[in-house]
Amino acid sequence: MTKLNSKIPEGLIKDKWANYKAHQNLVNPANKRKLDVIIVGTGLAGGAAAASLAELGFKVKNFCYQDSPRRAHSIAAQGGINAAKNYPNDGDTVYRLFYDTIKGGDYRAREANVYRLAEVSNDIIDQATAQGVPFAREYGGLLDNRSFGGALVSRTFYARGQTGQQLLLGAYSALSRQIGLGNVEMYNRTELMDIVIVDGRARGIVTRNLITGKIESHFAHAVVLGTGGYVNTYFLSTNAMGSNGSASWKAYKKGAFFANPSFVQIHPTAIPQHGDFQSKLTLMSESLRNDGRIWVPAKIEDAKAIREGKLHPNDITDENRDFYLERRYPAFGNLVPRDVAARAAKERTDAGFGIESNPTGEGVYLDFKYAIERLGKDVIEARYGNLFQMYEKITDENPYENPMKIFPALHYAMGGTWVDYELQTTIPGLFSIGEANFSDHGANRLGASALMQGLADGYFVLPYTIQNYLAYEINNPRLDPKEHKEFQDAENDVKSHIDKLMNIKGNTTVDTIHKKLGKVMWNKVGMARSEKGLKEAITEIQQIKKDFWSDVKIPGEVNTLNVELEKANRVADFIEIGELMARDALDRNESCGGHFRLEHITEDGEALRRDDKYMYVSAWEYKGENTEPELHKEELKYEAIEVKTRNYKTA
Amino acid sequence: MASKTINIKVKVWRQKDSNTKGNFETYELSDISTDSSFLEMMDVMNENLVEEGKDPVAFDHDCREGICGMCSLFINGHAHGPDTLITTCQLHMRKFTDGQTITIEPWRVGSFPVIKDLMVDRTAYEQIMQSGGFVSINTGGVPDANAIPIPKEDSDEAMDAASCIGCGACVATCKNSSAMLFVAAKVSQLALLPQGKIEGAKRAKNMIAKMDELGFGNCSNTGACEMECPKGISLAHIARLNREFLVANVKG
Repeated sequence: MTKLNSKIPEGLIKDKWANYKAHQNLVNPANKRKLDVIIVGTGLAGGAAAASLAELGFKVKNFCYQDSPRRAHSIAAQGGINAAKNYPNDGDTVYRLFYDTIKGGDYRAREANVYRLAEVSNDIIDQATAQGVPFAREYGGLLDNRSFGGALVSRTFYARGQTGQQLLLGAYSALSRQIGLGNVEMYNRTELMDIVIVDGRARGIVTRNLITGKIESHFAHAVVLGTGGYVNTYFLSTNAMGSNGSASWKAYKKGAFFANPSFVQIHPTAIPQHGDFQSKLTLMSESLRNDGRIWVPAKIEDAKAIREGKLHPNDITDENRDFYLERRYPAFGNLVPRDVAARAAKERTDAGFGIESNPTGEGVYLDFKYAIERLGKDVIEARYGNLFQMYEKITDENPYENPMKIFPALHYAMGGTWVDYELQTTIPGLFSIGEANFSDHGANRLGASALMQGLADGYFVLPYTIQNYLAYEINNPRLDPKEHKEFQDAENDVKSHIDKLMNIKGNTTVDTIHKKLGKVMWNKVGMARSEKGLKEAITEIQQIKKDFWSDVKIPGEVNTLNVELEKANRVADFIEIGELMARDALDRNESCGGHFRLEHITEDGEALRRDDKYMYVSAWEYKGENTEPELHKEELKYEAIEVKTRNYKTA
Repeated sequence: MASKTINIKVKVWRQKDSNTKGNFETYELSDISTDSSFLEMMDVMNENLVEEGKDPVAFDHDCREGICGMCSLFINGHAHGPDTLITTCQLHMRKFTDGQTITIEPWRVGSFPVIKDLMVDRTAYEQIMQSGGFVSINTGGVPDANAIPIPKEDSDEAMDAASCIGCGACVATCKNSSAMLFVAAKVSQLALLPQGKIEGAKRAKNMIAKMDELGFGNCSNTGACEMECPKGISLAHIARLNREFLVANVKG
């Protein structure tokens, strides 16, 4: 029997959210002052939620590991944010945005949540504009749109190549205002170490001050995780160095189910790896696929000559270039969804057509020659200038004159903490928002939809749904953590966990172990997965875990700034997350979206879903240190959308 | 790209905490790929230190793609190093030569005390933002985004100002440790837009008062901040800030 209740409201899909809001419980203004909410994370989801809840009158405590809430990794999102405004009059509707998102996710997301997301998308654009977010405009003074993958309409709003930055600074400004007013207590450079459960409900968190090492407890009537995704499990990704999955993992170990852990997004256009010392991969925005054409040499000998430095790509004529996305997907061309584009790049490089001279020979071209000929260099510079500058600084090559070299890289986690329609986890009083939860993107996220989801959850969904929970908390007084055993026990557990790490005193650095984990993940739980590879991955990850706990080397002291300890603490969790990802990928014996099982491929190399067996959300329950987790299934029902095979070849 | 390696000496500021005096330590590094980023070079240095059982050098960094504003560092006398229009994390080792000694210091600003080694406390920036770096609206109940057309030129200029990443290079570079460029970027962005114009004068007054209170110096129009700003924020925004400030004082 499943323990999952997704709490989807009654009614037609278009009425569900309105019905929910009409009947939910609310908290009156006088009682809001008596209720505390902890929000962990200050990105688009966490920052927007903290500001919005404080504006409503709740007492908010907000935490981030960076030195300022403005630095959360939402800031790095480049290309844009989707909304169903239909300003270009090109046929967009709420239903179409909903449909594209479900289809883009390869029919593995929950209909009701996605429809609500599409419904509130327009409010986000209005809100950001009112905050002073300088979205791109036309000469007439109205907002401009561009196209992104997986859609036939232009619905993406943008602020040059810094849309995430501008939206985050908007949320941050609202948050700063609430901090200044005393409605939000902000804790910078503070990391969540555990979640405290009292009588079956989330009642607070234990944190570590990253400067002093001090372990502290904080009480709240509800706890919200807006802590982002876990793709740094792979070591190399487009995430920030500090991005981690530990908050979601602590929640999992306290009883919150973890959903679809194997669903991660590999973004097709990042700058290829240059060597073993590389610390991260830099993304080149999907917006570039509006004007760039992706190709590899059509002749294998040309590819070889390029890798050997004997041939320059500009010397290859058009008929000897293979524009493989345009060839394989005529309807969507270079704007196919990310999973499709990433896989197609891998297919070409595996076949020997890669162009990069790095050890793996991985890389394809993204060429602006044609757009520059058509539109002029000035137009391209105005559209993508900052991205081109970033590319040149990293690679020392001028992308106006030479095609960019790109290759897929780990980017985003569609999987995450399981939540119901109210964004509540299986632990009462614990909520999860933004990338940290699983609910909206299925097996593949469309471009420009992460910003949309983070802000939707933070501004317009959680501030409603959390009240349906908090309405029952108005008679519960604040607890003093010092007087409650549950808090003291949690603090002691955290301290002994840290002592255990510090006492290993081994010989291998944290990064060495993390890189080893990353290699296993990339090779066996990456873009192509198989039963054999996944089984090997589980065994290898278990060995890495043993090595970590017997041989990791952490210098320094506990009660001070200790970066190696911070990293070790996160990597300990990445190792376990990696194992669950492999386990989930093994269970899901089908291909869908970014999850590509070599056993299930169509004749022309596309992902082959098995809807009869796997049309469910996998939700894993922690069962103890050395016990296998238990799989729960949330069956997915499609009532508003007809389930089809994803097709980007024809409209 | 032609990949080669260089050997370098790195002279790094080490300081246990804000209450202890600091000093320079020199480390030798060999076979550093010129395709590495500057921070990847520092990763190698720290891996070496950890291997030797020594305390690695603390420095701030996060996104490593030039946008979060977390990385800082004074490198050979320049905020964010010798290259222009980039942050430290985007600086690459091809800008250095074999055998070179590279000096790395933290931001040296009274209002940004050193936490450890190269890491400083920029909480003062947070306080300035909290004093007025926003439009006073709540979530919900706002007009349609296209209800108020905005001239593209104004919107583009607001975007130029809004590119500020809050790293502190301008303050660290200024001989007076003034935060005027940082404050001007936010005041100017919002003053250019009808949504922010309403509170323009009050915002300028409050943010400048907070900046003064926190011990940042005055602006003497030297322009060093603009030169070292990784995002190319223009001095013209300081002129707009001054205009807003003047209006605030006339209004009283």
